[in-house]
Amino acid sequence: MWTWFYKLASPPYVYRVAALLAPWLLAAAALLIGYGLIDGLLFAPPDYQQGNAFRIIYVHAPAAWMSLFAYTTMAVAGAIGLIWHIKMGHAVAAATAPIGASFTLLALVTGSLWGRPMWGTYWAWDPRLTSELILLFLYVGVLSLRPAFEDQGRGDRAAALLALVGVVNVPIIHYSVLWWNSLHQGATVAKFGRPAMPGSMLAPLLSMLAGFMLFYGAVLCQRLRGEVLNRERQSVWVREAMKS
Amino acid sequence: MIGMFSALRLILQRELLLSLRRPDQLLQPLVFFLIVTTLFPLALSPQLSLLRDMAPGVLWVAALLSSLLSLDALFRGDAEDGTLEQLALSGQALSVIVVGKTVAHWLVSGAALVVMSPLVAIALGIPLAAFPTMLASLALGTFTLSWLGAIGAGLTVGLRRGSVLLSLIVLPLAMPLLIFGANATDRAIAGVNPAGAMYFLAALCVFTATLAPFAATAALRITLE
Repeated sequence: MWTWFYKLASPPYVYRVAALLAPWLLAAAALLIGYGLIDGLLFAPPDYQQGNAFRIIYVHAPAAWMSLFAYTTMAVAGAIGLIWHIKMGHAVAAATAPIGASFTLLALVTGSLWGRPMWGTYWAWDPRLTSELILLFLYVGVLSLRPAFEDQGRGDRAAALLALVGVVNVPIIHYSVLWWNSLHQGATVAKFGRPAMPGSMLAPLLSMLAGFMLFYGAVLCQRLRGEVLNRERQSVWVREAMKS
Repeated sequence: MIGMFSALRLILQRELLLSLRRPDQLLQPLVFFLIVTTLFPLALSPQLSLLRDMAPGVLWVAALLSSLLSLDALFRGDAEDGTLEQLALSGQALSVIVVGKTVAHWLVSGAALVVMSPLVAIALGIPLAAFPTMLASLALGTFTLSWLGAIGAGLTVGLRRGSVLLSLIVLPLAMPLLIFGANATDRAIAGVNPAGAMYFLAALCVFTATLAPFAATAALRITLE
């Protein structure tokens, strides 16, 4: 088991494994997202209150979930790099940050599109949307800190530390934003708080969730390969891999 | 080798003396605080009744921005002339130095801002009865912000143009402070018991002051080495 763990710290091994995994992950993601979209958008029954507008949940909820998942992954990978000085941890963190930020942006855009028919406006200061927006700011901080350093190692460690500070703060920010909004305006707006969903609505949602996870894995593998090549560009194995 | 507490005292003494020798650096953020709060009545409306509704928000946003201004200089001067490296090599724990510098920074920026705030509060029409809550919330809030800022300053001290990045990093982390601080002041103005928000603010302060020294020290190590 430990040899496997050590191998994961070796760039050429990571580069090869990522290349092997990426197409399979992408194919599985395409299957699951395809099923989720077709079943969710065409066959699931419309919501009795929201009509067909609720269907955006099939993109919005997985994106919002992935935005948090990617942030946690980034912090954990950064911590592995920081604590055990494993360079691949930083590579994973660097590869994850832009994907996570894109998921956050997707969740914000779909959330505001959902708000148009529900609230009559593209943007309401709904607590969940607001904390998603702050999450985007946290991503922007990490994304802009890393390249600000000329030395890559320093940039990596600084970004990892910031991601760790951020991951401690994410729940604090989330709950304080909830508290803020519940005080300022009552529950005048239909909340997400959904009662038990019928299976016909839930199945496509779960499929979309799994599909988004796999899609994230596939994109991560691709970005990780680029990241590894860029970081190891001075080494012999990269030159040989590029020749062949 | 001197003990930890005498080291802490010496650092505090040095920092306070240095900022007293350069009073303009101490005064400029305070003047900035005054100017920002003057902008709001000009931009919104001079009616005191209207201003009073917005006063907590105005006060807190201005306080956050003016504390940020001085944060960039927290480690920069000492890092540029090599003092920070000497301090790090002195054999004292780096965290002691970070604690000393951050507390000194709060005393000359945050605490000074708290002392200054009644002036602004009167101009914004905040009733006298709300003053104790406002002062206490600002004191807790600026102290917490100094700690969050120490992490940001530690991360950006080696960068040439770090000040914008510093705001970008610290402001999202400071948003809970703004929520609870402005809310406590708001409630005190409305005559409602502000205890709930104050407790949250105090909890955030204790939590941040416990963990942030370690994070700020780690950040400084990354940029120093």
